Amino acid sequence: MTYPARRVRRPFPWHVVVFLAPAVLIYTVVMIYPILSSLWLSLRNHVADGPEHFVGLANYQRLLGTELYAQPLWNAIRNNLVFFVIHMLAQNPVGLLLAVLLSFRLRGSAVYRTLLFTPTVLSVVIIGFAWKLILNPAWGVQRSLLEPLHLQALDQPWLGLPGTALTTLGLISVWQNIGIPMLLFLAALVRIPDELYEAARLDGAGGWTIFRRIQLPLILPTVGIVSVLTFVGNFNAFDLIYSVQGALAGPNFASDILGTLFYRTFFGYQLQAGDQYMGAAVAGVMLLIILTGLLLYLVTVQRRLTEVEL
Amino acid sequence: MKRMLIPLSVLLLAGAAGAQKTTLTIESWRNDDLKVWRDSIIPAFEKQNPDIHVVFSPSAPAEYNAVLDAKLKAGTAGDLLTCRPFDKSLELYKAKQLTSLNSLSGLKNFDEVAKAAWSTDDGKTTFCVPMASVIHGFLYNKAAFKELGLTEPKTEDQFLADLTKVKQGGKYEPLVMGTKDQWESATMGYQNIGPTVWNGETGRKGLISGAAQYNKGGFLQAFQALERWKPFLPRGYQALAYPDAQNMFAQGRGAIYPAGSWDIGTFRQMNPKLDLGAFPPYSIGGKKCVIDDHPDIGMGINAASKNQAAAQTFLNWVASDAFATLYANALPGFFPLANVKYTVQDPVAQQFLGWRAQCGKSFRSSYQILSRNANPNNENDLWNVSSQLLNGALTPQAAGDLVQKNLASWYAPQKGK
Repeated sequence: MTYPARRVRRPFPWHVVVFLAPAVLIYTVVMIYPILSSLWLSLRNHVADGPEHFVGLANYQRLLGTELYAQPLWNAIRNNLVFFVIHMLAQNPVGLLLAVLLSFRLRGSAVYRTLLFTPTVLSVVIIGFAWKLILNPAWGVQRSLLEPLHLQALDQPWLGLPGTALTTLGLISVWQNIGIPMLLFLAALVRIPDELYEAARLDGAGGWTIFRRIQLPLILPTVGIVSVLTFVGNFNAFDLIYSVQGALAGPNFASDILGTLFYRTFFGYQLQAGDQYMGAAVAGVMLLIILTGLLLYLVTVQRRLTEVEL
Repeated sequence: MKRMLIPLSVLLLAGAAGAQKTTLTIESWRNDDLKVWRDSIIPAFEKQNPDIHVVFSPSAPAEYNAVLDAKLKAGTAGDLLTCRPFDKSLELYKAKQLTSLNSLSGLKNFDEVAKAAWSTDDGKTTFCVPMASVIHGFLYNKAAFKELGLTEPKTEDQFLADLTKVKQGGKYEPLVMGTKDQWESATMGYQNIGPTVWNGETGRKGLISGAAQYNKGGFLQAFQALERWKPFLPRGYQALAYPDAQNMFAQGRGAIYPAGSWDIGTFRQMNPKLDLGAFPPYSIGGKKCVIDDHPDIGMGINAASKNQAAAQTFLNWVASDAFATLYANALPGFFPLANVKYTVQDPVAQQFLGWRAQCGKSFRSSYQILSRNANPNNENDLWNVSSQLLNGALTPQAAGDLVQKNLASWYAPQKGK
């Protein structure tokens, strides 16, 4: 006689549900629902004084197909790319350099670390205000700093010239945020065991070789993470530009990025009334760009990275 | 002791008479003015109209439109509504939330230009009593003028000659204005000297009817005249914001400041020692000056109010010279729009007022109809091109062409022009 195999019925793991519920609930309410509802809004519109109705992709067609919307949109996307490139070329390499220097246990490295990280914890409004004062042509310290060095030629209204405004803002943002990549790199660097360095030194490796052959390969995953964080942060950026240049992101929209364009479209400014439907469409484009960037990163970079067991 | 008794008994009486007394509530965005209304304006009115009690109940300026809309929808809005100029109030009138004031006798104290901001497009119906406007012109540093032997300029040539002298002197910035915030270039620049060249109302109405264009005639000449300011702006003016320019002039570092009348109060506060002088927009090409007398605040009656008669009494009083005198002195730089007699104690503010008799009157060309729910927005376009013009990025012709092209892209009377 054979007995049917008796399965032990495990009780449903209610505790998992209970522990996950608050996070899932809060995340859904404050993140997922607003994103979906904003996307839904971007698919709707209304005729003058009429009721709201579904229009499909018409808003996106208007955004990309009419000069009125497409021209500022492409300008903002281009500026956003420049903003991102400035961070990738200045913030992350310099952050890495600082982290490597700090990892060598210099004297007073804790002080340096704190000083370099301080701007990161300050409010953007303060940063914007401080730099506006520093660069102010009327009474900024810029001039008195440059004159003794015979560099008067560099005393320019950097935030007021179309050619330099965006780069200046990018560098201000780099100055503020450099502490984050620096700390992340430093955290990865201190995980590298000392034996590797000792072995390398015995083999006669200098600082550059140690960096090329040991440090860089071992922190590559962090480099990837930092790049992604920079990308998402830059394409979501708004606060610094708004606090320094205002919603018009002047001069002549030279520092207009997607965030400020969205703000103007959605909320309106001065006599211009806001258009929530077109604003939601701009937000939709931002979401699309960020998602595309993330996917590209996951597919092309993340999959090739292998975590090294140390 | 007797002194105490009288107000007390009045209070008691007021309580007893409460049944007959009408209470009017005023909705406003001017929460800065709460004290002025409570301490001087309302008591003056109640003295004349003992059976009406008035409450001034303002909200924050940035929230006013939203708060008012919500209150109107809920039926809890006050009897009197402070009116923003142009589109916002017109929208309320069209939604039947403001009553027509055509039968209000006090309205005869206002001319067409003053009423335009709170009238229907055809000018036939007015729905708010104009309360205050701001006037554009120039402020100057009297000490600097005396030191350099300059006189108040009446023509463009004299204006430019004065500026040249200041520049050669090297001690003062000739013309204190920056282009970073953009709106000053259009508001204190283009709309300040422009009305003179485009013949004020003729030009402004020409834009609306399609008879005038931004890229020719007076409107183009105004861009050309504005460009002549360029050599006299402070070093690094492209990055100077509005408060920077205000500070620079208040500290006495500049000679001439293109102004709005509201700046008078600011400078009085920032530096009471600064000896301020003022002159109206100079004449260009021999034309008589036209000032930009820009309507800013009005007051109308909530259509749902149960106290229509009392509200009309109040508005008739707002249209009177008693109110004008009170208001103009309580808030220097905000001028009553009524054609009634009143004096302002601040001599510079009084000077600005005098220009109404001396020059023609108009208001900012982009405010009526041309910026209504429109994208590209005419006002913002003017900010942009005026700044770019002063920054040297656009020629006057290119600036005019750009604004004209954008306006013609949606405004029917300008299509194809």
